[in-house]
Amino acid sequence: MSTAVAERQSAYAAAFEAFRREPAFGADAVQQHREQALKRFLAGGFPTTRDEEWRFTNVAPIGETVFGRAAAATPDQRAIEPLLFAGMSCQIVVVNGRVSKALSTLEALPAGVTVDGVAAAAADLRATLAPSDGRNDAFVDLNRAFFEDAVHISVAPNTVVDRPFHVVSIAVGNSKPQMLLPRLFVHIGEGAQASLVESYGGVGEGATLTSAVTSLTLAPNAVLHHVKLQQESASAFHIARIDAKLSRASTFASTAITLGGRISRNDIFATLDGEGAECTLNGIYVADGDTLTDTHTTIDHAKAHCPSHEVYKGILGGKARAVFNGKIIVRQDAQKTNAKQTNKALLLSDEAQINTKPQLEIFADDVKCTHGAAIGQLDEDAMFYLRARGISEMDARNLLIHAFAGEVLDGIKADVVRERAMWLIEEKLKLEHSL
Amino acid sequence: MLLEIKDLRVKAEGKEILKGLTLSVPTGQVHAIMGPNGSGKSTLARALSGHPGYEVTSGEVRYNGQDLLAMAPEERATAGVFMAFQYPVEIPGVNNSYFLKAALNAKRKAQGQPELDAVEFLQLIKSRAKLLEMDQAMLGRAVNEGFSGGEKKRNEIFQMAVLEPRLAILDETDSGLDIDALKIVSTGVNALRSPDRAMLVVTHYQRLLNYIVPDVVHVLTDGRIVRSGGKELALELEDKGYGWLDAAPAGARA
Repeated sequence: MSTAVAERQSAYAAAFEAFRREPAFGADAVQQHREQALKRFLAGGFPTTRDEEWRFTNVAPIGETVFGRAAAATPDQRAIEPLLFAGMSCQIVVVNGRVSKALSTLEALPAGVTVDGVAAAAADLRATLAPSDGRNDAFVDLNRAFFEDAVHISVAPNTVVDRPFHVVSIAVGNSKPQMLLPRLFVHIGEGAQASLVESYGGVGEGATLTSAVTSLTLAPNAVLHHVKLQQESASAFHIARIDAKLSRASTFASTAITLGGRISRNDIFATLDGEGAECTLNGIYVADGDTLTDTHTTIDHAKAHCPSHEVYKGILGGKARAVFNGKIIVRQDAQKTNAKQTNKALLLSDEAQINTKPQLEIFADDVKCTHGAAIGQLDEDAMFYLRARGISEMDARNLLIHAFAGEVLDGIKADVVRERAMWLIEEKLKLEHSL
Repeated sequence: MLLEIKDLRVKAEGKEILKGLTLSVPTGQVHAIMGPNGSGKSTLARALSGHPGYEVTSGEVRYNGQDLLAMAPEERATAGVFMAFQYPVEIPGVNNSYFLKAALNAKRKAQGQPELDAVEFLQLIKSRAKLLEMDQAMLGRAVNEGFSGGEKKRNEIFQMAVLEPRLAILDETDSGLDIDALKIVSTGVNALRSPDRAMLVVTHYQRLLNYIVPDVVHVLTDGRIVRSGGKELALELEDKGYGWLDAAPAGARA
């Protein structure tokens, strides 16, 4: 270990000892959870490109910085307004990793819904204690060791909640590099239906590292619509881990929209752990400048008769780089699996690039799995067709990019969220707004 | 003259296809361009619409007195030039009627007219859809996506009916059409014949010209117009093929 690395690691160890003296550190199971995670983190360090799962994503810029625990902050209500949504069933605002009661709206929770913090999450923490199968989970361990607060949402059996829950994590920058460690647990009870929007944004300047961990569990027959919207600044680092566990005949439909971050990464795991569970993982990532965005998904077909659908799309300009790795595991018992995966990327500049890889691991014999990838520029024939009808070159380009993104965004049920996502994509790509 | 082409030379994929083509079409007339495969018919249509794959190496094209070749494809379109594509392009995710509204309003804007509002636009496309016996459901679908060959061609003429061009270029609109579809498309085209409009109908077969009767027929072989005549010329070609023209004097060159 080089001296520099040792110094950085001792900085994290010292920060941990300081944290230990605060009430937020917790006791018993939580304390154990933190200590074990820190031990693993200090022993393993951040991943390198020698780790198979991080081959194309060099996180050295993260490792070279020592991120301290984020300071408590109280951003202006008006400054965070653009990060909120109207018409949600509740809005939970997490600032620098801590729930802000003042900024959150929790009074009008629908019947059957409870929202709690760390105490209710203790049992879940125990369940997520074990590190997963030898992977480098440094970022998850960083969250496990240092998280300041947790959001725990529970929906009682047979409850139907129409309007989405919105959990928004806001990074408030200052002069020091800060780490934000949001933790979110959502349980959907048997036969219940709900939708969740988790979003990530920032106000102010300053280097931040967000390492978010989200655990979603669906009881039998439950339905969860999930949207993840990441719109952090171009100087932010964003690493997120989402685990969804699906029981028998439950339905999970997720749309992940990635727009920000100097380096951003989503690791999404969906485990189809009951017959007849159905999973849809869709997403779109838009990157430009000198940024890197990485999506790793794993759909684990553990039981029989489960369909899964996956469409991921990328739009890349400037010198942006993207990584897409779509793993589908079909276990021996998972007969009659039907899995479909597509990754498409639009390269808007000569210097943009993507590494895309489907990864199918199939141990059952009576299954249907398809995958496809398509990387390219805007369709020249379509461009000419539009122009030959009088539509300007710029409008034609806008129309085609819009259509490309629309296919993914159309899966978002809440109008305000879908429209905002499209607006943000248009803004990012400097397209004319369609609304 | 609405369209005047003088000594036009065009290359595609590095090969010269049009080798000095000269042709004039006055307003109010329908001219047919016939010729064997590879003679340059579609190259002419695409070069006139500004397709980037076709390089004009020399010659001149004046449309309504303007230098057509100096105009971008969208400028040609908004100035009233319309090409019905031989192979209409499928554009997933772009709604047919949204696309058409954008096209129509681009043209109206370029011509200094106010944009149509949603109600006016809907009335217009409904009446035009009726003319082409188009299923309303097609308007809500993505542009040409999943359309049959016949539906695509019908959609081209439908767009033409909505955009009301001054110069319509039909590139092998009859190819791939069965007789019923051919009749519907022809009815649509004939309804748009007008003293203010000219049409250039590119076709390989005389069959189409039974339904869209041209004022003048031009024969294109090896990149040049080798003969021009009345509608009887099309019948003569049907009867004798194109071979006999090679031996004939080129005096009739327009």
